[in-house]
Amino acid sequence: MARTVPALIVGLLVVAAGIGLVTLRVNPYLYFAGYVILQYVVIATAWNILGGYGGYVNFGTPAFFALGAYTAVFLIQSMKAPLPVLIVAGGLVSALLGLGIGYLTLRLRGTFFSIATLALSVVLQTMIINWEYVGGSRGISVIRPSGPPFGNYVVFLFTVMLGLAVIAVLVARFIERSWIGRGLAALRDNEEAAECMGVPTLRLKLFATTVSGFLLGVAGAPFPYYVTFVEPNSAFALDYAVNALAMPMIGGTTSWAGPVIGAVLLGTAQQLATVTISSELNLFIVGVVLVAFVVLAPEGILGLVRRLRAR
Amino acid sequence: MFSWDLLANAVVSGLLLGGFYAAVSLGISLIFGLLEIANIAQPAFVVLGAYAAYVLNNAYEVDPILTGLAFTPVFYVLGAVVYRVYYESFERRGDEALRGLVFFFGLLFILEVSLSLKFGVDYRLVQTAYTKTSIEFGGVGIAFRYLVPCVIGVAMTLALYLFLSRTFYGRAIRAVSQDQQALRLMGVNPIQIKTIAFGVGIAAASLAGALLICIAPVIPSTDRDYIGRMFAITVLGGMGSIGGTLVAGIILGVAESFMATFFGPSWSLAVSFGILLIALAVRPAGLFGR
Repeated sequence: MARTVPALIVGLLVVAAGIGLVTLRVNPYLYFAGYVILQYVVIATAWNILGGYGGYVNFGTPAFFALGAYTAVFLIQSMKAPLPVLIVAGGLVSALLGLGIGYLTLRLRGTFFSIATLALSVVLQTMIINWEYVGGSRGISVIRPSGPPFGNYVVFLFTVMLGLAVIAVLVARFIERSWIGRGLAALRDNEEAAECMGVPTLRLKLFATTVSGFLLGVAGAPFPYYVTFVEPNSAFALDYAVNALAMPMIGGTTSWAGPVIGAVLLGTAQQLATVTISSELNLFIVGVVLVAFVVLAPEGILGLVRRLRAR
Repeated sequence: MFSWDLLANAVVSGLLLGGFYAAVSLGISLIFGLLEIANIAQPAFVVLGAYAAYVLNNAYEVDPILTGLAFTPVFYVLGAVVYRVYYESFERRGDEALRGLVFFFGLLFILEVSLSLKFGVDYRLVQTAYTKTSIEFGGVGIAFRYLVPCVIGVAMTLALYLFLSRTFYGRAIRAVSQDQQALRLMGVNPIQIKTIAFGVGIAAASLAGALLICIAPVIPSTDRDYIGRMFAITVLGGMGSIGGTLVAGIILGVAESFMATFFGPSWSLAVSFGILLIALAVRPAGLFGR
């Protein structure tokens, strides 16, 4: 734990640097694009806590993300709740869903778990489509509160997301280096053996699914204010599921740095491709890069670096 | 609100839909049910088959089902190649659980995005003589665009059942699902048998795709609607049980048809996932499981 304090300081420095960046007058589009990349840092890090450390592949990322977003929509609709409340509430509701799928792991392992999470996403989407209060299938417009604390609203959201990304990475780093991370690694490699050695597998799995769910919900909660128009197809987009697993896979799943590297690289590449080529083609690139990495470099970029150093 | 006519129509259209669902799920029943390879890209191959039928129907007015049949060898080779890549990269290293799953998910995504790059996101449909006609029995309408896929679906089920129980390769496929080592001792290469099984599973997707585009217009992202249905049917029917696939297909078809008739079509997608979740949680072995 000796290195936790320096990590916290680095985290604070990153946030400070981000706020410093805000005071510079750079192209506003950069904040708009930067928000998406940071959002993916949170999503990839959250996915990796369950998928990378624990070895449970979650295809239901859109369900958690959208649940965070729609919790926010509900709270905005009903009581005009402020942003911090939205983030905490979105996270908590998604954490509850995470706890639910954690109990699902009692019966479902490996492939069955993954398919069930995919199923969850569609069931949830159907429910939202049929729930008129939050817009139903047509979607709903959200009005941003006037007068953000500083800058314009996108700049403000960018800073908020930067803070959330730092928190997510610190949480992942803490889990990885504590006994929780070692326990999760044990159950990833062999669940029966871990259970026999006295690793509290159920408690660890519940912890991982809940924390992962919480962070995914947190990533989704500011989404309504970012897009200002929320509809089921964009909130439940399959892109989130693909990116959530592509980014850690490309960066490397065994360390907190992997998802960050993957999210920054792939996220930036996608933003560039969306502007310069087309959004369809950028998704194609994500798919190809994902498959190329799992086939050719299963340990991701971190694994490649490690192999180069070993030489 | 309730009427016997409505009920009878719901049951009949559910039964017809069920036969079609069985056809769509046969491939995954073989690949996932018997070989236990989590090929989530299967529905994307079905949609690929649907687009093949669309292209030939649109350009030369070829019957979609004929196209589906004609393309089975192409899909068989495609499937064999995919399995070889999967085997070399994951199965041989014993790494299939996590990365194999991600591999197929990436494949699904690539196929879907490729189709939308080529054809756009407009709905595509086929024109045939029988897709427009229907007959009526005492207030119950039977559309041929449902009847034909259902009949072919049942025929496909029967053909696959006979293949697996009567032919040498079929029996070898069932053997490889039970004990790979024993098969090796009998002098048969299990990898070759698995390649054949995977190829047959993907070939079935070609024909299933043709049926899919007969029933309703298709867009590249149609595959997502079928992921849940396919796996729900395979799990509900019992892993690897071909007869179970048909029964489960019919159960799902009737359940969805009831949901669509009495609650509205927007709920029918949730039915398959509901059934899947319940089946996975309550009886993972399925109705006809071992």
